[in-house]
Amino acid sequence: MSSREEILARVRKNQPASLPLPAVPMFDRHLPSLPATFKANLARMGGLYVDAPVDANLDALIRARFPDAKVICSAAPEVAGNRPIDGVREPGELDDVDVGVVRAGFGVAETGSVFLTEAQFKVNALGFLSQHLVVLLDTKDIVPNLHHAYQHRDFFEAKYAVFMTGPSATADIEGVLIRGAQGIRSLTVIPHQRSLQSCSNTSQYRPTDPGPATEV
Amino acid sequence: MEPAHEALERSLRMSKRVDHAEASSRFIAAKDHIEFHDQRLWDLRQKRDRESEEIPEWQELRSLASAIKEHTLTHLADYLEQFEQNATKNGVRVHWAKDAAEHNQIVIDILSSHGVRTLVKSKSMLTDECEMGPFLGNRGIEIIETDLGERIQQLDGEPPSHIVVPAVHKLRTDVAQVFARTIGTDPKNSDVPYLAESQRRHTRPYYLKAEAGMTGANFAVAETGSVVVCTNEGNADLSVNLPKLYLASIGIEKIIPRVEHLGVFVRLLSRSALGSPITQITSHFRAPRDGTEMHVVLLDNGRSERLGMADFWYSLKCIRCGACLNTCPVYRRSGGLSYGATYSGPIGVIIDPTFNLRKYSSLPFASTLNGSCTHVCPVKINIHEQIFKWRQIIAERNQLPMVKKEAMKMAGKVLASPMLYRAAVKAANAGLEYLPRSMVYNPLNAWGRQREVPKTPGTTFREWYLKNRRNKK
Repeated sequence: MSSREEILARVRKNQPASLPLPAVPMFDRHLPSLPATFKANLARMGGLYVDAPVDANLDALIRARFPDAKVICSAAPEVAGNRPIDGVREPGELDDVDVGVVRAGFGVAETGSVFLTEAQFKVNALGFLSQHLVVLLDTKDIVPNLHHAYQHRDFFEAKYAVFMTGPSATADIEGVLIRGAQGIRSLTVIPHQRSLQSCSNTSQYRPTDPGPATEV
Repeated sequence: MEPAHEALERSLRMSKRVDHAEASSRFIAAKDHIEFHDQRLWDLRQKRDRESEEIPEWQELRSLASAIKEHTLTHLADYLEQFEQNATKNGVRVHWAKDAAEHNQIVIDILSSHGVRTLVKSKSMLTDECEMGPFLGNRGIEIIETDLGERIQQLDGEPPSHIVVPAVHKLRTDVAQVFARTIGTDPKNSDVPYLAESQRRHTRPYYLKAEAGMTGANFAVAETGSVVVCTNEGNADLSVNLPKLYLASIGIEKIIPRVEHLGVFVRLLSRSALGSPITQITSHFRAPRDGTEMHVVLLDNGRSERLGMADFWYSLKCIRCGACLNTCPVYRRSGGLSYGATYSGPIGVIIDPTFNLRKYSSLPFASTLNGSCTHVCPVKINIHEQIFKWRQIIAERNQLPMVKKEAMKMAGKVLASPMLYRAAVKAANAGLEYLPRSMVYNPLNAWGRQREVPKTPGTTFREWYLKNRRNKK
């Protein structure tokens, strides 16, 4: 008998009598005000929120915020940067990126998180090898809590999906909080309306709205 | 195959009984360490309280989490098959390991067939449970633990002392010594940002050169075949998103049925663990990146046996948040290493004896049965009741240490007889007043070893009752 069959047989023999699966509500009773709660929780988790005028030149804005940055690599169509991500063949090539730029699929008010997949990153390592990350977020794309967030179809279709909440952090030595552990040292969210070519939005829920496939 | 000397060493380690009280006395002797440890963990407990109080549906979430886990465990075989089927459909290769030895063999086979020499690894209690580090190390694989706390412990040749914060028993000056010895930092500089930055810079080249990355899992979703990893440092996502080969080791109890259940568990996990609404990074690995491979090893190692233990299968609901450790007065004042097991604290006390009853027979006594662990558990495991049940089993199977056994026998006789009891109370009161400390705090009184015996009242309840109430009729 293979280990697989042995394990499954022993589990079947030993598992206690069936207990029911409860339904999970969406906990809509205490829904927070979306952009304000998102901003507050993002700040708590060490993220920055930088308002920009509708017609802002995002490239100029990012340059102004990171004056020492030599390499700016953008996976968002709204920002040019100076290192085209389409030319990257191996993720390790992003080792020298000072600022990475992406557009979030959506945000979560309850936690201050932004949601990203390989469709937004193009190269997943952009979100972790970069020293700093700038995330464009359409404030219409903020969902109230994680129950709503987990309805998104990307959890069924993306190969890689991640909630990023502020910069990487550690408190492993004496509980002293260090922001910028091993991944990004800062995370800046810029509210910015999604353009047509951006690929993800919160209407793409399942199962009520099957919508078009999100992978590009 | 495992060489004879390794097998021998392992069996020797397995058979030696852990003496929790003796091991913790070394930790307790270091006064600044124990005080800091106690405070730091209590601080985590208070952060957890504040964070959970902000969620009106907190208790409802706990009930849901418990019920989802109980449902899953009572249908575990079906969900394991569903997970395997969906993961396979996604291009993930699924392996099954019935014990630690098979787990390690599967891992080395995958690594060898890909010519891997360096493995970057995020924190996983499961690979500690399998003692995978020394196994791979002996076969020429360089393993880099990438979590800061876990790396400190690896460089110091110690196992993690806490499920979530592995080096919580060390002070910054200890870390400065370890790093100075191993990665060349300044031994006199114990500035925390300097130490963390040094580890960041030291570790980064390994992400770029490693041929494989490895993680554990917080959850495995049957419906999608996804592996979910909750971390803060960015190390897991660097370990997975750079090398062309990714391995995830998962205990079979980590399965949950559906994506929507993550809403419940992710809301509870980091709030219970660290008092933050979510971990900085919550990652869902469903399929390998283009041009790469993803392997999942599903490990049993005693879990399927535990599932059949009427009183103890509930411990399989555990999501490894560490809240029961942070709240436990015994854990906070004895340190995780004193348990001599991969899993320490209250949850360890009820899991470890299922691995080896003899070796871990002292652990269920490392508790005051105050029930705080049960109270904070996000999946409502009845931890303190299970601790009590283990004590009964250990006493029945004659695994009590001699001193404790003799003391219990005597206590049993005395408590069974009102006359003897009254005489004993009187004698003890008189004794405590006049005996020299050395008689009270002697090696035969295990209870007095770490504690001050409370001051005795002037009169016993019985004396008071006889004087004040009996004559009032």
